[in-house]
Amino acid sequence: MADYASTVDLAHAEELEQEMVTNRVFGFWIYLMSDLCLFSAIFGTFVVLSHNYAGGPTGKQLFHLPYVLVETLLLLCSSATCGLAMVAMRNEKKNLVMLGLAVTFLLGLGFISMEIHEFSRMVLAGDGPGRSGFLSAFFTLVGTHGAHVSFGLLWMAVTIVQVGLKGLSAPVQSRLMRLSMFWHFLDIVWIGVFTTVYLRGVL
Amino acid sequence: MLGKLTLSAIPYNDPIIMGAVGGSILLAVAILALITWYGKWSYLWNEWLTSLDHKRIGVMYLILALIMLLRGLSDAIMMRGQQALAVGSSHGFLPPWHFDQVFTAHGTIMILFMAMPFIAGLMNVIVPQQIGARDVAFPFMNSLSLWLTVAGALLVMVSLGVGDFSKCGWSGYPPLSEKAYSPGVGVDYWLWSIQIAGVASLMTAINFFVTILRMRAPGMKFMRMPLFTWATFFTTILMVCSFPVLTVVLALLALDRYLGMHFFTNTLGGNMMMYVNLFWMWGHPEVYIVVLPSFGIFSEVVSTFSSKRLFGYKSLVYATGAITLLSFGVWLHHFFTMGAGPDVNAFFGITTMMIAVPTGVKIFNWLFTMYRGRVRMTVPMYWTLGFIVSFSLGGAAGVLMGVPPADFVIHNSLFLVAHFHTMLITGTLFGLIAGYSYWFPKMTGFRLNEKWGKRAFFFWLIGFYLAFGPLYVLGLMGMPRRMWHYSNPAWHPWLLVAAGGTALIVIGTILLIVQLVVSIRERQSALDLTGDPHDGRTLEWATSSPPPIYNFAEIPVVRDIDAFTDMKERGVAYVRPGQYRDIEIPKNSGAGFIIGVLTFLLGFALIWYIWWLAASCAAGILLIVIGRSFVEDIHRIIPAPEIERIEEQRYRKLEAAT
Amino acid sequence: MRRKGYFVLVGLASLFVAVILGGCDKVVLLDPKGPIGDAERNLILEALGLMMIVVIPVIIMALWFPRRYSASNKKAPYTPKWNSSPRLEVIVWLVPIVIVTILGYLAWSKSHQLDPYRPIERGVKPINVQVVAMDWKWLFIYPDRNIAVVNKLVFPVGVPVSFKITSDTVMNSFFIPQLGSQMYAMAGMVGRLHLEADKPGVYYGQSQQFSGNGYAYMRFPAQAVSRKEFEGWLKKVEKSPYKLDSARFKELEKPSTNNPVMYFSSVEPGLFALIVKHFVPMNPVASVAAPGSIDVAKSASGGH
Repeated sequence: MADYASTVDLAHAEELEQEMVTNRVFGFWIYLMSDLCLFSAIFGTFVVLSHNYAGGPTGKQLFHLPYVLVETLLLLCSSATCGLAMVAMRNEKKNLVMLGLAVTFLLGLGFISMEIHEFSRMVLAGDGPGRSGFLSAFFTLVGTHGAHVSFGLLWMAVTIVQVGLKGLSAPVQSRLMRLSMFWHFLDIVWIGVFTTVYLRGVL
Repeated sequence: MLGKLTLSAIPYNDPIIMGAVGGSILLAVAILALITWYGKWSYLWNEWLTSLDHKRIGVMYLILALIMLLRGLSDAIMMRGQQALAVGSSHGFLPPWHFDQVFTAHGTIMILFMAMPFIAGLMNVIVPQQIGARDVAFPFMNSLSLWLTVAGALLVMVSLGVGDFSKCGWSGYPPLSEKAYSPGVGVDYWLWSIQIAGVASLMTAINFFVTILRMRAPGMKFMRMPLFTWATFFTTILMVCSFPVLTVVLALLALDRYLGMHFFTNTLGGNMMMYVNLFWMWGHPEVYIVVLPSFGIFSEVVSTFSSKRLFGYKSLVYATGAITLLSFGVWLHHFFTMGAGPDVNAFFGITTMMIAVPTGVKIFNWLFTMYRGRVRMTVPMYWTLGFIVSFSLGGAAGVLMGVPPADFVIHNSLFLVAHFHTMLITGTLFGLIAGYSYWFPKMTGFRLNEKWGKRAFFFWLIGFYLAFGPLYVLGLMGMPRRMWHYSNPAWHPWLLVAAGGTALIVIGTILLIVQLVVSIRERQSALDLTGDPHDGRTLEWATSSPPPIYNFAEIPVVRDIDAFTDMKERGVAYVRPGQYRDIEIPKNSGAGFIIGVLTFLLGFALIWYIWWLAASCAAGILLIVIGRSFVEDIHRIIPAPEIERIEEQRYRKLEAAT
Repeated sequence: MRRKGYFVLVGLASLFVAVILGGCDKVVLLDPKGPIGDAERNLILEALGLMMIVVIPVIIMALWFPRRYSASNKKAPYTPKWNSSPRLEVIVWLVPIVIVTILGYLAWSKSHQLDPYRPIERGVKPINVQVVAMDWKWLFIYPDRNIAVVNKLVFPVGVPVSFKITSDTVMNSFFIPQLGSQMYAMAGMVGRLHLEADKPGVYYGQSQQFSGNGYAYMRFPAQAVSRKEFEGWLKKVEKSPYKLDSARFKELEKPSTNNPVMYFSSVEPGLFALIVKHFVPMNPVASVAAPGSIDVAKSASGGH
């Protein structure tokens, strides 16, 4: 065994670890691209069905633009705080990372709560997803984004715990990087949702 | 407590179904009993079910594909049998509701649970070796993909005995597949099984895309990648872009069925044409997803057994790329008869025909690879030549259907069925069987029996022509697809011939199994000691057969398209590395298998509306994923002395062989 | 052994072609009875002929090269490193491109010529027929005479028939193989199709799109008769005691297979439009009726 001790190459091991991290970030990027295809298909569906009211309410009657603007602001701010957490990560400031993530989490939670409130208001008024093709597409598009955000929140909670327990180790950093990519991606998708669904619906 | 599930869901008064169920259960019990008898449970668990080794995962995919091939084939026998009998006053042996399930299951299984796992299996075994890598980029995700695919396949199998399967065809067009017209659980079985398999395929695609882009051996530039790797690469691009669309279209149909939404319903603003468009936006690329890897295999086989460099390597790569691009722009040719108008129809007709150009180029390149070569007529070569001839004919039929006004009369007829079976049987399946015969020694360490292989091939080939030649004629005679009964006596003789052809294919399949059994029994006389039984040209032949878990003790340096031929010519193919290093490989993990089990239960619970089970399975999956993210210790080190021991064993074998 | 294999293959192939040609009258797509079907048959044969320019050499090469350059034939030239030839590559790309260009031109022009929406110009007034696909039968409404028939279509020879096609249920495809083009029947939408028969006879029509349990029975005789016989048939239908009113239509909507031919001497006014309107995707005031049940009387008082 001793004869081979010299072959244990620490630099080599680090290189492998670095490669693994890069692969994961790259793979996650590919996943985001496929998620983009997924959203494109749902956006397409929404556009096709956007006038199929079937006698039900239209976007103009349903959407309250100032309310959605507040939602949008919450999500945009959360992207900013998520970015700050990433800056803190690069500076190896563990507590700042946790703080940034916690604020991001709260903003995201605010966004989701507002969305759930909007949905429940519509459903209770009898304008649920089964009312018309248009409403099916609306609930599905906005809801798919919402489901992504909720999943992101869960991920964020787990990551905060991991940062706390393990510090900023290489795997944790890689996970943070992917989480922030995910979060910014959802922000961009929301801009699409906001313009396609709400602005187009009201104007 | 059990949702919609009651004892009456089991069709115990149907002898055909109960026979199939009984047979399957007996077989499963026999296998489990044998494992217990030989005390192989821990071996099975430690070496296979929890393995993250891409070669083991590949072999398990292949076993799944073989089992599902037999299931799909028995569906085919029932269909051909029924149509051979059910003319005029005779109603055959299947009632329409059963016949409809059979053709739906046949299509779903053959595409998603036979072709896809077969491809994933060969990709898994070969691609990392071909690019000189030790594993795929994400070994755990790889195991997860496998077990999700198995979960989906198991759902299809369970539908045989509990409830029923979809009766709407494999493409599941609404509004027929909507709750209003198909209220039972059949469509839900179909929906969730392919939804799960689709997610698994997407993960496989991401995995191999990253593997090929980032883990090639030093010196392997893009334009030195073997053709099978290229084909896999383009396939993964197709999968990453198209499978999300399948996910969406199935999810929307599920929302219609489960939450009463109106995406594709007849009423309240639904639009079924959107389903048809979205389905084929996935469905047409899917055709190329299953055919491109086979093209890659043919390229490897032709070049190896002609002992000659591939003709027009760059042409072949560009042609594959062109097919990839074009395949996204042809989906409308699946429904020219929807009335989209002549401009739209002609546009999609022309894009469809354009695909024939790169495909034709590929065929010429294979032919010119044989030209002035030294052609060895081995079993993989037989499958390849069978493919080239049949595929040109089937391709011509396909281009014909790409002319919209011609399609107006042959659309949805048996001519169409014959066309796509020519493409999928000779294009995909022949290629996969060629790949299986070609790489079998690499997987197991011994060669397949050539004699039985050739017999199997001839039964398949002749059976194929007899089974599908008549279907072209029947299409021209105006016979639509999917008829459980017909009254035109002129169709009958042709359907009898087709049934006979199917019988030959069945014999061919049995011979493939005989070949496997004979080869295993006589393996001592056909051992592959060198790791290079066919005088191979690419890197997978540089490893031993079967390769050690780490594939390469030292990663080779690539200097040529035919990397291994080049190494042999330079005399560096079998040189011992100067110094052995420790190698890090992924630790086994049972998480993939357990998530697979939970996903199966989740699917089952959703199908039968057992909400508590669905919720707990979903929660369980989430917990395992979160739990695994806390595990840091996912690698183990194989120490250098151990590697030296394994490698020295190989060099001794090599010396013995030469 | 190998030579025997070739003989078997060639023998089977020739037998195959002989049988198709011999039984041409059974191969209905090659034996059309109207101008649309004729044009489509010619198109199929032309396109296939063009493609054989590539396919036949490919097959010959695929069978010849492995024999000529067999490993056992040491006399044949062997160039293991030869992997490109600009001249061959040009041919390899150019030949398919030329053929596909010709075929593309054919596809473009014929798609417009044979557009199912395009009326057939004959100088005679076409017969109008409204087609409704139902579970599992066909309803044909002759709006000009206000009569309807289930599972039987009759029309005069030499006169274009103008079809409007919709569905009262899932998707079907309306197809009379010997006359040419098919067209999907979809709820809420109207497809158009123009056909004509040159010769009198009974040509079977069918659904070409799987539509559920009774799909195999969606078959009907399409009878092309002389003008005089057609008039006589119309009179016969007009004498039928049955009328297709809303109650009768509801009755008819119930799924059935092997439905006998039924004649209706009158039809609820605007029935076809109502069936379409019921399912229209953008219907601003949708009826909330369950799918497959239309309250004709109620809707009728509204729009028409």
